[in-house]
Amino acid sequence: MNIESLVYDRPDLGKFRVHRSSMTSPEIHELEKRRIFDKCWLYLGHESEVPNPGDYARRVVAERALFFARNRDGELVVFHNTCPHRGALICRTDHGNAQVFQCFYHAWSFNTSGELVGMPDIDGYGPDFDRAEMSLRSPRFDSYKGFIFVCFDQATESLVEYLAGAAEYLDLVADQSPAGMRVIPGSNRYTIKANWKLLAENSIDGYHALPTHQTYFDYMANEVGGNVPAINNRQGFGRALGNGHGVMENDAIYGRPIAMWHPYFGEEARPEIQRIKDDLIARHGQEKALRMCEKSRNMVIFPNLVINDIMAVTIRAFQPTGPDSMDVIAWEMVPADETGNLLRRRLDSFLSFLGPGGFATPDDTEALESCQHGFRSGGVEWSDLSRGFHRDPRGNDELQMRSFWRRWQSLVADLPHVEQFERGLTLGEMPEVLPSPELSVAADN
Amino acid sequence: MAMQTAPIAPSVNGLSATPESLLLQHEVEQTLYLEARLLDDWNLDEWLTLYTEDARYVVPTTDLPEGDPESDLVFIDDDYNRMAARVVRLKSRHAHREYPWSRTRRFIGNVMVTATDGEEVEATASVAVWRFRAGESSPYVGRYDVRLRRVDGHLRLCYKRAILDLEELSDHGALSIIF
Repeated sequence: MNIESLVYDRPDLGKFRVHRSSMTSPEIHELEKRRIFDKCWLYLGHESEVPNPGDYARRVVAERALFFARNRDGELVVFHNTCPHRGALICRTDHGNAQVFQCFYHAWSFNTSGELVGMPDIDGYGPDFDRAEMSLRSPRFDSYKGFIFVCFDQATESLVEYLAGAAEYLDLVADQSPAGMRVIPGSNRYTIKANWKLLAENSIDGYHALPTHQTYFDYMANEVGGNVPAINNRQGFGRALGNGHGVMENDAIYGRPIAMWHPYFGEEARPEIQRIKDDLIARHGQEKALRMCEKSRNMVIFPNLVINDIMAVTIRAFQPTGPDSMDVIAWEMVPADETGNLLRRRLDSFLSFLGPGGFATPDDTEALESCQHGFRSGGVEWSDLSRGFHRDPRGNDELQMRSFWRRWQSLVADLPHVEQFERGLTLGEMPEVLPSPELSVAADN
Repeated sequence: MAMQTAPIAPSVNGLSATPESLLLQHEVEQTLYLEARLLDDWNLDEWLTLYTEDARYVVPTTDLPEGDPESDLVFIDDDYNRMAARVVRLKSRHAHREYPWSRTRRFIGNVMVTATDGEEVEATASVAVWRFRAGESSPYVGRYDVRLRRVDGHLRLCYKRAILDLEELSDHGALSIIF
């Protein structure tokens, strides 16, 4: 198979197909490491995880052990997690607070800015010993509204340029509270034995929701005493956001903790949710505030970050560990000043659907592994992602997945990338969506 | 981070056995064994009857075993209503991670009564649940912290906190069974 022909993209024929070797081939996996994960901006963590000087957290991103911290001056710092001396991991716990980072192997010590500040028996080194040369090394990093990214290629564009249209969607999350947003303690860490791109697809695939997650919709219908909403007919659209990022933005199926009341939240929560909504309108204007409150968004930031702003806000990053496996970490994000009943209801709303013990996420994991098994069956060379090619992109169509794959193809084959926006939409333009007569139950409230 | 383990009162730690404490130890063990048996048999309706209607079932995340469901992200925080919904879901044939059902075998050990106050009994136990499905054959290992209450002469569970020792869900990719 030719590396340049793994994506068959023919709007004229209404056909969009992806060759399944992209999901199974060890050679393609190696190419992805060099041409995608060594070049793209990759999510590292959120600034709220290290609020105070000395706070640190460690991560593995694209197989590299890293850690980030808040230095003594309150600045964000990111380091390769390896001692410049002989290599041992500097940071060996997931998170904590430290005044110095000391390597346990030879007890070299570094301050929170990464400068070498001490080692035993310094006389063993000559007068010309250069401490600065032995400081902790930082990868290129930047943060956008608290979301920290790293990039292992100096030639890649700036983070904001890279994020393109996805930046506005990060705003829709980050601006939900004047106090800012925070990642709460606890994370979902699990492995999926499937290619990482299947999770990127799945995270912006509205078409699978009803068939795969029937038990969730049955549960919610039972909880709130209604029918399964006509989610396949709800108002919404898919958008390409540039550089392979994509989103589906839909009417919320049920309530949203920020700030759309639903009977599920209970009558007593209603005035508080209305107050938050009024406040958002006052701060952001009607249009942006109503999008924040009443629309669900599932976004992929190319290549491996998902921000789902649905029944709760989740950040999900996944690291390929082979052509057929990945490690996933997912966090929950809440308004920094949210407490009490509202926080409790938000946490509950998350758990009903999301996470390895939720009523939906295990079934996605099963679906992805099932696909990976299916690929081994052979007989079928291509997967189809042509849904909605012939019409304005709806939320349960596949435009946003096609934009991911187009970017993937250009990077993995080292081809020049030409942004294509289907149906003549350019970046920044919102699709025109006619009001649907079949709004969900929640939208009426 | 150190796990929080309930202190063990001398009066119930088995070292000063009385006929009452032996009987209680036996009853608590039998209740936990019965729960394990019903779950291994996928007899989920019967399993639910072991719980009181004000019950709560919590599983913290692997990276925060001391996680508080009121403020932290946990895997599971079910009231009785959602436990019942979990049973409906697992029996529906549409809980795809558990259709067909996995084979499981639960081993309960180190059962210790840690406190009694007349109304309720607190106990801890070690647990390993071996789960076999789709080529996977590894255990969920952890600890139960439970609270039980006597209802119509039988001990019933009113609280279970099931704490995983695993660092992450690397083998089974989910917590699709009742742990």
